[in-house]
Amino acid sequence: MTYTQRFDGRKIDELRPMEAKIGVVERATGSAMFRIGKTYAVAAVYGPRELYPQAMQNPLKGRLRCNYNMMAFSGSGERVRPGPSRRSKEISLVTEKALAPLVDLTAFPSTVIDVFVELIQTDAGTRCAGICAAALALADAGIPMKDLVSSVAVGKVGGKIVLDLSKEEEDHPDGATDIAVAMSTRTNQITLLQMDGEVSADDLKEALQLAKKGCDAIKNVQIQALRDRYYQEGNNE
Amino acid sequence: MNNVRKDHLLATLAKGVRYDGRSFQEYRPISIEYKISSKSAEGSARVKIGKTEVVAGVKLEIGEPYPDTPNEGTLMVNVELLPLSSPEFESGPPGIDAMELSRVVDRVLREGEALDFEKLCIESGKKMWIVIVDIYPINDDGNLFDAAALAALAALRDTHFPAVADEKVHYGKLTTTKLPLKHLPLSCTIVKTGDAFLADPSRVEREFEDARLTVGVLKDNMICALQKGGDAGLTPEEIHHMIALAQEKTQELRRLFP
Repeated sequence: MTYTQRFDGRKIDELRPMEAKIGVVERATGSAMFRIGKTYAVAAVYGPRELYPQAMQNPLKGRLRCNYNMMAFSGSGERVRPGPSRRSKEISLVTEKALAPLVDLTAFPSTVIDVFVELIQTDAGTRCAGICAAALALADAGIPMKDLVSSVAVGKVGGKIVLDLSKEEEDHPDGATDIAVAMSTRTNQITLLQMDGEVSADDLKEALQLAKKGCDAIKNVQIQALRDRYYQEGNNE
Repeated sequence: MNNVRKDHLLATLAKGVRYDGRSFQEYRPISIEYKISSKSAEGSARVKIGKTEVVAGVKLEIGEPYPDTPNEGTLMVNVELLPLSSPEFESGPPGIDAMELSRVVDRVLREGEALDFEKLCIESGKKMWIVIVDIYPINDDGNLFDAAALAALAALRDTHFPAVADEKVHYGKLTTTKLPLKHLPLSCTIVKTGDAFLADPSRVEREFEDARLTVGVLKDNMICALQKGGDAGLTPEEIHHMIALAQEKTQELRRLFP
């Protein structure tokens, strides 16, 4: 059975509706929310601040430390048990790796920049939404960055390569291949790539091209959010 | 340095002024938004008190009733002090502050009989609904106690039962039946700083509080929960005064839930 019409009526290369906002946690150094479809992530950055234990400090540059967490009520089924799981620890790690190549922490030796990502509601693509929010929060915190990081999932559903899978598509009866991608579109670097499922090399090529297209559109939303925040304050640089 | 800051706060309060311009018994503006996680939670809400922001969500599960209450369902309240919401909160297992907060909100809701536990029983001694409220601060600018209790109550009011078929809960498919609510217990926290009694303490006011009293109050002004905090003691007269203030303030807060 080929997948001709997407469950939610979107085009093959169409993202779910997005919303981004900067400065949602007043106490944080920087913060942002990013919503795509019904997936809703909040990120806050604290630091640079002192890093303990001291043995973890790097005298040459600051350390980026990310923590991804789903709120207990944010899953699609039963309550998610609070506290770190193997899944959330892995996502924390790949979030860190997705952002690290684009941030320059040489100005903050021996410190840590903490990034906390919380999911309030989830409907597929949570790590990608978290990374989009985290990149904005880092920018809001004034951390030097070579580029924003934008992130989206692509995949193969019922034989079709589609952009930004929904939960319903991930659970497609014929199986779905899910590829999470994060990239800096300016430097053309892919910093997150995870896949489960099965796909040919040609399909992967097509999928990555689609991911690039998606990330371009997401980046526009991210940049607009930063503009909305900083132009408002009369800081017209 | 902290002494200087405290002296300044006390001197300001002695002139009858709060840093943010409020009168001593005035709350910051409060807003409640429902269904902030309606795809995943059976009920959810966001509460803002000034710049303090808290979200709460309710999940329902089916379990076996406790042997001593075979005809009742049960409630679980959990607060996690997210390091996202304040530079003072650290990652890791819940600390004592989070536990106290969870237990105080739990006490207000449980003893104030927010829920009709008997109506949460499905089959005597066999099956009951477990109502789990998870509460998370997004931004801590003081008075998490009242914000958490309000958010929990709002989320409970927003909650619908999920569909049940073949003994299994079908999450994501909500019925039109709402959670059986009984009373509307509200929490009001008063702190004593120097000689001043302040409702809805901000972060700075909490930092320098001498003593704190959280009072759970019902519609008829009955008191359903108390928790004293802070390092200083309170005289009985002071406690009566704080309770009277809490009764007055909760009458105002009640307008949030028409």
